[in-house]
Amino acid sequence: MRQSSKRWYERTYDWIESRVQLADFVRDSAAHPVPAKTASWWYVFGSASFVLLILQIITGVLLATIYVPSAGQAWDSLQVLNHQLPLGWFLRAMHGWGSNFMVAVVLVHMAQVFLFGAYKFPRELTWLLGVGLLLMTLGMAFSGQILRFDQDAYWGLGIGASITSRVPFVGGEMVHLMLGGPIIAGATLSRFFALHVFVLPATMLAFAGLHVWLVLKLGINEWPTPGRLVRRETYIKEYHELTHRNGVPFVPQAVWKDAMFAAAIIFAVAFCAAVFGPFGPTGTPDPTITQTVPRPDYFFLWIYSALAFLPPSVETPLIFIAPVIGIGALIALPFISGVGEKSWYRRPVGVLTLIVIAVGLATLTHLGTYAPWSPHMNAWTMDEIPARYIRNGTPLERQGALIFKVKQCHNCHALGGLGGQRGPALDSVATRLTEDQIIRQVIQGGGNMPAYGAALSPPEVTALVAFLDTLHPPNQRPATDASRSIAETDKPAPNEPVESTRP
Amino acid sequence: MNSDFDRQHSESIEPAASTSAAIESNSRVQDRRKFLFRLSIAINAAIGLLVATPVVRFLLGPLRPKGSYDHWIPLGKIADYQPGTTILATYRNPITNPWDGETGNVACYVRRQTDGNFTVFAVNCAHLGCPVRWFPQSQLFLCPCHGGAYYADGSRAAGPPERGLFTYASRIDGEMLMIQAGQLPTLANQARLRTPGDCPGRSSASKSDFHLVKEIAPCVKAPNGGTNEPTIG
Repeated sequence: MRQSSKRWYERTYDWIESRVQLADFVRDSAAHPVPAKTASWWYVFGSASFVLLILQIITGVLLATIYVPSAGQAWDSLQVLNHQLPLGWFLRAMHGWGSNFMVAVVLVHMAQVFLFGAYKFPRELTWLLGVGLLLMTLGMAFSGQILRFDQDAYWGLGIGASITSRVPFVGGEMVHLMLGGPIIAGATLSRFFALHVFVLPATMLAFAGLHVWLVLKLGINEWPTPGRLVRRETYIKEYHELTHRNGVPFVPQAVWKDAMFAAAIIFAVAFCAAVFGPFGPTGTPDPTITQTVPRPDYFFLWIYSALAFLPPSVETPLIFIAPVIGIGALIALPFISGVGEKSWYRRPVGVLTLIVIAVGLATLTHLGTYAPWSPHMNAWTMDEIPARYIRNGTPLERQGALIFKVKQCHNCHALGGLGGQRGPALDSVATRLTEDQIIRQVIQGGGNMPAYGAALSPPEVTALVAFLDTLHPPNQRPATDASRSIAETDKPAPNEPVESTRP
Repeated sequence: MNSDFDRQHSESIEPAASTSAAIESNSRVQDRRKFLFRLSIAINAAIGLLVATPVVRFLLGPLRPKGSYDHWIPLGKIADYQPGTTILATYRNPITNPWDGETGNVACYVRRQTDGNFTVFAVNCAHLGCPVRWFPQSQLFLCPCHGGAYYADGSRAAGPPERGLFTYASRIDGEMLMIQAGQLPTLANQARLRTPGDCPGRSSASKSDFHLVKEIAPCVKAPNGGTNEPTIG
């Protein structure tokens, strides 16, 4: 027989191929022509996102072989992964760093697609699927942070529940649905586990598959040229000419850059995992431990920061209206500007919008890393008052420095760069406020400072103010009330009759 | 290939449709098949609805009538709480699953005034639910998340919260301090209408206080913005 001349694996291949009949499709897809200029390093972020999704699925499945989605034991199972199983820590670190990289690469991919005008006709649906993939990536990041089920996860859920409770009319019911019961507990973890492990990954794979299918069917976006406008009537024809006259086959002309970048990204994830290790878990998820300072993971710090700056009066409306506007804008984008100019040279508003959003997110994220609006809960016991502020002080002033520590003033006010940043640093407070003003501020509070009138005895106030009044640069005199000094110098001598009573 | 299969299929039918009678019977057959196809969709929709109903009910399981999660819980003997102090107390939530572990425990701050009245505060900040920490030295509750601050009587002192700390209803049952609790305190279940001037340090025992409303009535600030009862100095 002729077939017998073939080797066994060739026969196996033929047997399968004659049934699934995928070879033509794969060959056509690989060889499909792409515009020559798109074989660029700018076009590698989409494939890198997909590679990271696959990496997350593989490491996630491996973690799931050990992880226990039970509120009472999840934390312990992470300890076992971190400390007892060989390289369990490395897998956790790969999954954690993989998620960080994935969020970052997806955002870069989105920015690139926006800058290159790739969302325009006929790729509107590709963009919409991408928006869904972005939201699901963030959903995976949030639910993944919850599965770490430590104190940050617990109180992150608390913040989520508090936000949900502000929904008008049905807020309370939505909180119970989100938590799976009256409190954050086992049912909460289980439903986020189901979301993180089944619902979101399956939906993401379906979306990503369709996303890639559309890229294959519609072709990769051509490199934008200023002046070459997208028109619904002519675009498909123009693109066809671009690919078939000057195009290059995707494999191998363009794909090698995707493959190189994918390898680099995977290596970067592994490198970070090996060097920096896994994320947490922080303390046990015990809600009776109030000695905790919850912080969200890196990619949600900007939300955490934004929530610190919203004025109370508009906070609730903004929390619900802003995401609708934001997501609505992303969805509306390809329909509002579906045709026309693609080049960033001719889209100043688009470029400016992207820069403003990027700078805004980066600034909020940076602020979130040190949270100047939060009191430093341990500053009053941990941070020192610089010795030069106390040296040569009178006993009263030193007593005042002690009051400054004991009454937690240091938690909100920095001295010598140490302490909280909630309130102004007090290194030169005496040049800004007179003694009377300091007393008033301490006792009555105001300007977002609590009143300490009831928490301080009069001698304590005297001592504290005596200390604060020493806080000024050596070459700068403390602020004084001019009228008061005049009043004091104008005081009549004991024997002298008062001016007004003179005849 | 599928198209081959389709071609074979359609070719096999076409020769049969040669006479007018056959055409007629064929169109009747096709009509019947169309009808059966639509019927199969309708039946599946009905069955789907039938199966979806219990699924929806299951998913809505955590929803219960208002207040049915709350129970009266003993929080220890009155004698355990010194007058003029605020201390952290813990209890096991009345509704838990065996696998809840430590998350089934709940903390609250019990404040006993010198006149013997109790106020029980939730640890959850009224802003976004982070755990506030009590500093007895400065008589403040401070939130580590966004810097909310509350006075000893729970009223808002500074920061983003719109209102004072959440409180649990409490009563004294013989020697025991009892509180009514059972669900995560949030703005949805703790926002209640309050008469002006009744805000700081009010007794929470009166029943009329517990009409749950969907509106936050801002607390009118007491003349003395600070604690009305210092427990130090």
